[in-house]
Amino acid sequence: MAVLTVRVVASDREVWAGEANMVVARTSEGELGVLPGHEPFLGVLAAAGEVRIHTADDGIIVANAEGGFLSVEHNTVMVVARQAALAE
Amino acid sequence: MGAQLRIYRQKIKSAQTTKKITRAMELISASRIQKAQARLTSAAPYSQALTRAVSAVATGSNVDHPLTTEAPNARRAAVVVFTSDRGLAGAFSSQVMRENGELTERLTREGKEIVYYLVGRKAVQYFAFRQRASEQQWMGSSDRPEVETAQEIATALIEHFLKPYEEGGVDEIHIVHNQFVSLVSQVPQVVRLLPLEVVEADEYPASNEVLPLYEFEPHGFEVLDALLPAFIENRIFAAMLSSAAAEHAARQKAMKSATDNADKLIQQYTRLANNARQAEITQQISEIVGGADALVSAK
Repeated sequence: MAVLTVRVVASDREVWAGEANMVVARTSEGELGVLPGHEPFLGVLAAAGEVRIHTADDGIIVANAEGGFLSVEHNTVMVVARQAALAE
Repeated sequence: MGAQLRIYRQKIKSAQTTKKITRAMELISASRIQKAQARLTSAAPYSQALTRAVSAVATGSNVDHPLTTEAPNARRAAVVVFTSDRGLAGAFSSQVMRENGELTERLTREGKEIVYYLVGRKAVQYFAFRQRASEQQWMGSSDRPEVETAQEIATALIEHFLKPYEEGGVDEIHIVHNQFVSLVSQVPQVVRLLPLEVVEADEYPASNEVLPLYEFEPHGFEVLDALLPAFIENRIFAAMLSSAAAEHAARQKAMKSATDNADKLIQQYTRLANNARQAEITQQISEIVGGADALVSAK
């Protein structure tokens, strides 16, 4: 099965990059899950922009991307925020 | 010791002291370039992602945003000048000020009134000395720019831009800064920041393919509204980072030539001092010989 290439990018560095099976994020409209094959998408993340990344090796990584946005295209997911960090 | 010799020795000492200082500054700058360059490269993914997203919205949806709308007849322009806080960096700050002078001339010719925003102590001093007015100033972090400063500048600029002309708002914003090209070349650059022309910058090739049709959430306008301020802030931060790297490179170059120059001076003065010492010895010998001769003939 195809996997998603995920990159979490902050203004001064790349926070995390890797492969994932699913990405769950909350945009200003509501919760959103991204699986491989998702249509091109560009959304603004909600104020508490928590993004859950279900990695290819069955782990879960939670990233905090406050006031950022999420873009999806060709199975590549970019989580971009001025200040992004991985939560414990 | 002869007076002449003493003067030469003093000059050698002073050149040696200067050389120690310039050498130290050269080494400090050399190590800071590495860090500044690393920051420059690690900030690139964010810029790329933002640029891509902004151009995706701009091309994928027909939205007019105040930040991208051109004023029919621009009457007032803002210029943001990025210089260093400290000198001793060769022509670093003065070449930006010169570029700024040219831009000022061009804008004035087009009949625009100009408002200045200054970043870096050198620009502030330049304006204070010439008693020219400026709107706002930022000092103290030119060699290690912070995201917070960029944010502050961006907020001030956007606010000023969105104000109508009658209330003192500006119709366009330009930035002048040093671009870090390589360790030996820093080029002053003028970029129009607002109104935005959304094109993918040349700096990021490999994205020539047609952008896919995105689904926007909530809507094209809202997405653009959220993205543009971040994009502008990023442009400013990128300019600051590039300027910081360029500053260190310029300072290293300037300090290297100062060190070389000190070396040359020391060598020259050493030769002169040797000459003076030898002349003194020769004179003493001829005095002794002359005195002895006089004593012999007096007998």
